[in-house]
Amino acid sequence: MELNRREALKTTGKFILLSGAARVAFDTLRGESVPDADKDKYKAADHWWAMTIDIDKCIGCGKCVEACAAENGVPDGYFRTWVERYRITEDRGVENPLVDSPNGGKNGFPILNDHPDAKSFFVPKLCNHCADSPCVQACPVGATFESPDGVVLVDQKYCIGCRYCIQACPYGCRYLDPRKNVVDKCTLCYHRITKGMVTACVEVCPTASRQLADLKNPNDPVHKFLRENHVEVLKPQLATGAKVFYKDLDGAVR
Amino acid sequence: MRKILKDSEHLLRLVGVFAAGLILFLIIRHAIVPKGFGEFGHYRGPALDDIAARPISFAGHTTCEACHDDQAKTKAAGKHAGLACETCHGPAAAHTEDPTEHAVMKPDPKVLCVRCHEADPARPKSFPQVVSKDHAGDISCIECHKPHSPLP
Repeated sequence: MELNRREALKTTGKFILLSGAARVAFDTLRGESVPDADKDKYKAADHWWAMTIDIDKCIGCGKCVEACAAENGVPDGYFRTWVERYRITEDRGVENPLVDSPNGGKNGFPILNDHPDAKSFFVPKLCNHCADSPCVQACPVGATFESPDGVVLVDQKYCIGCRYCIQACPYGCRYLDPRKNVVDKCTLCYHRITKGMVTACVEVCPTASRQLADLKNPNDPVHKFLRENHVEVLKPQLATGAKVFYKDLDGAVR
Repeated sequence: MRKILKDSEHLLRLVGVFAAGLILFLIIRHAIVPKGFGEFGHYRGPALDDIAARPISFAGHTTCEACHDDQAKTKAAGKHAGLACETCHGPAAAHTEDPTEHAVMKPDPKVLCVRCHEADPARPKSFPQVVSKDHAGDISCIECHKPHSPLP
C-alpha cells in the first residue's frame, strides 16, 4: 500500500470531522433519552454526609450499637459502631485512661464505682467517613471508595478480602465479615439516608447525642452546631478529613 | 508514486501488530472490567445502587405515629418526647408492613429502664438516674412510672 502526504492528511481530516459529528449525535441521543421525570430522586451530588456526636449527652445505653446490628445484620462480636467508656483517674492521669467497651456497649455498661474520683464519660465511635480515607487509598482493586455524597462504602461483589483496608483504617472501623469473607463497615445507613431517613443509630439515640448531618444543606443545624461549640474530630493530626464531629471531646480520647 | 519511506511495508507490518494487540487488549479489558467501573471514580458505580437497595429494619418514628397517634400524643407531652418508638420497642419495619403478622417487642422494664437510668458516674450529671435497688427494691418501674409519659 502506498500513501502520499496529501492523501494521508485528507483521510485524517475526514476522520477528525466525522468523529466530532458522531460525538455530537451521540450526546444528543443520550440527552433525549434521559427522562426529565423524578425530580425527587436522590441526587448524590447534592449531599455531603457527616455526623455530629455530643459527648455531654451520651448516656452509654448502647441502643445505637444494638440498632446498628439489627439494621445491618452485623454478626455477634463485630461492630460498625460501638461505645467506649473512658475513665481518667488521678493515679493514671490523662495519658493512661481506663477504657472499656464490654461487647461494644451493645448491652449497656456495668456500673463501676471503683474509682470514685475518676472523670468518666462515654464516647460513641463509628466510621468517620473521611474525605481523604487511608482505607480507600489502600484498596488494591477499587472495592472501597468514597461515594459522591461523602460516604465510605465497600463494594462486596468486588472486594477480594485482602484486609489491607482494615490495617489502613486508623480508627479500627472495619472488619472482615466471617460469613462472606469480605470487608464490611459502617455505611452510614446508605440505604436509609438515600431515602430521606436518618441512620438507625441516630433514629434510636434517646438523648439525641448523635445527629446525622448534611454539610451541603445550608439549612442543616450542623452549621450552627459546628459554629457554636467546641468541636473536634478523632486523630486530627492524621489529616484524614474525618467527618464525625465530636462536641467537647476530651484530649484523652484516642 | 514515490514511496514515503524506503521499505515502508516493514513499518506497516509493525502497525498491524500493534493494532491487533490493541484490539486484543480492548476485548480482554471489556471482558474483565465490570460494568460501570469508573462511572464516578475508581470503583464500580452500580455498587452505590446495590448498597442503597439493602432492606430497612427501623421504620422511623413518623411511620409509627401514622397509626399510633394516641401514644404519640402522650409521649410528646411527657419526658420521653425526644425518644423514638423503636428505641424501646426495637425494629418495627416488618410490623409496619404487616401489623397482624409481626408484633413489636414489648420490652421488659426490669432490663430496659435501668439501661439508661441506673446511676452511673460516667453518665452526664443532668440526666435523671437512680440506684434502682435503693429507689424501688423489687418493684417494677412501670408500677409508678408510665413509660410513654414517665412523670412520677
